[in-house]
Amino acid sequence: MSTVKLTVNGKAVSADVEDRTLLVHLLRENLNLTGTHIGCDTSQCGACTVHIDGRAVKSCTVLAAQAAGSNVTTIEGIARGDELHPMQAAFRDNHGLQCGFCTPGMIMASIDIVHRYGGKLDEATVRHELEGNICRCTGYHNIVKSVLDAAGRMKVAQAAE
Amino acid sequence: MYETTYHRPSSIDEAAALFSKGKEAKYLAGGHTLIPVMKQRLASPSDVIDLGKIKELIGVEPSGDGIVVKAATTHYDVATSDTVKKALPALAYLASLIGDPAVRHRGTIGGSLANNDPAADYPAAVLATGATVKTNKRTIAADEFFKGLFSTALEDGEIITAVSFPVQAKAGYAKFPHPASRFALTGVFVAKTPSGDVRVAATGASQNGVMRIPAIEAALKANWSAGALDGVSISADGLLSDIHGSADYRANLIKVMAQRAVTAAG
Ligand SMILES: Cc1cc2nc3c(=O)[nH]c(=O)nc-3n(C[C@H](O)[C@H](O)[C@H](O)COP(=O)(O)OP(=O)(O)OC[C@H]3O[C@@H](n4cnc5c(N)ncnc54)[C@H](O)[C@@H]3O)c2cc1C
Ligand code: FES
Ligand code: FES
Repeated sequence: MSTVKLTVNGKAVSADVEDRTLLVHLLRENLNLTGTHIGCDTSQCGACTVHIDGRAVKSCTVLAAQAAGSNVTTIEGIARGDELHPMQAAFRDNHGLQCGFCTPGMIMASIDIVHRYGGKLDEATVRHELEGNICRCTGYHNIVKSVLDAAGRMKVAQAAE
Repeated sequence: MYETTYHRPSSIDEAAALFSKGKEAKYLAGGHTLIPVMKQRLASPSDVIDLGKIKELIGVEPSGDGIVVKAATTHYDVATSDTVKKALPALAYLASLIGDPAVRHRGTIGGSLANNDPAADYPAAVLATGATVKTNKRTIAADEFFKGLFSTALEDGEIITAVSFPVQAKAGYAKFPHPASRFALTGVFVAKTPSGDVRVAATGASQNGVMRIPAIEAALKANWSAGALDGVSISADGLLSDIHGSADYRANLIKVMAQRAVTAAG
């Protein structure tokens, strides 16, 4: 057992966990942040995507202890109060989800994509960049639309700040 | 996953000392091979020693006649490094094709080489450019490093610290990715040194892991062009054959990927 200290969604947290504990289990079971999902055991589906120090990673493939001292953001940490993050709003407006299981991972991966590409995103790039996130429902079409829509909104939001 | 004890050393020496104290210790870098294998209970290290936060293992530096990529540098950092893009753009491109963005944010070059998966990308670049693998004990030439499926010249507890890539006059990489895993069904790296020597390495194709392709090397040395490979035929002997592609299919892929790599190299 070790005490793992890290920052999650802006708050300092500390959890006593076994060394073999995965970050996704610390988030879901110790912190009750169950928005981060587990969809596979092969590190391929992306349902568990969170940001560590600003980069999208698969939290099922990181030990909680490896994340000690890091800044973690989950799907619960991106809205501002009642105001959805522009990526969340775009997924809602564009029907970018059906069952919703992949959605938290899709949104965290997509925010990272927009951060890396800024305004230079096109459809082909979004499809390519979402290779690590699997959706069994939507056929991806409306997910891609949502990301492109959000990229525009995030640029506007940034300009306003 | 079986129980284990996690360690976070802050230097290479401390990591090596921890390794020799552990009963069945393993190094952990990006964890994008080791953790999936531990989750499947195919590995059960008593101790995992995290190399991922050791500062002396991270970064890319220009060196006299090439670049040095330190072992715990992530695929993302190699793909986006200005130094790599300037000196050996084919290597940055190769790194940008590994897995998906989240995999590239964690996985490292040292972990990929130590693991020597027969379908991994980096081994092709290391072998084709005649790079040198540096460890905490010695330097190992690429031709001596890869020893077949998942095995290398590394001794127990030896740590890869960096890879030194010499500059090339021309270099290119092309991969036919497995559509689900993104690993190479076959990937080919072609390289021509400033003195005109040509080395070509294929990954994903052989039952023995990464290998050089002498027939393509000879044809490109005589005439560096995709067309020069039209008449070359690659034997299917010893090539992998599975539900994704027969040995004959992979033999043809070696040629086609080599042609695309030459075109990309210019
Ligand atoms: C979904 C998915 C898709 C992938 N797709 C690809 C792909 O397309 N192409 C590809 O090439 N790879 C692919 N990979 C593998 C990925 O690139 C791994 O990150 C890489 O192979 C291992 O690097 P790591 O840093 O994660 O190593 P780890 O998993 O931390 O370690 C792997 C092994 O190397 C040892 N090790 C690590 N660092 C060192 C060192 N410095 N010295 C000595 N030993 C060391 C460890 O002890 C362990 O045995 C994929 C992985 C996943 C999960
Ligand atoms: S649960 Fe992490 S990739 Fe599937
Ligand atoms: S919306 Fe159901 S898996 Fe994507």
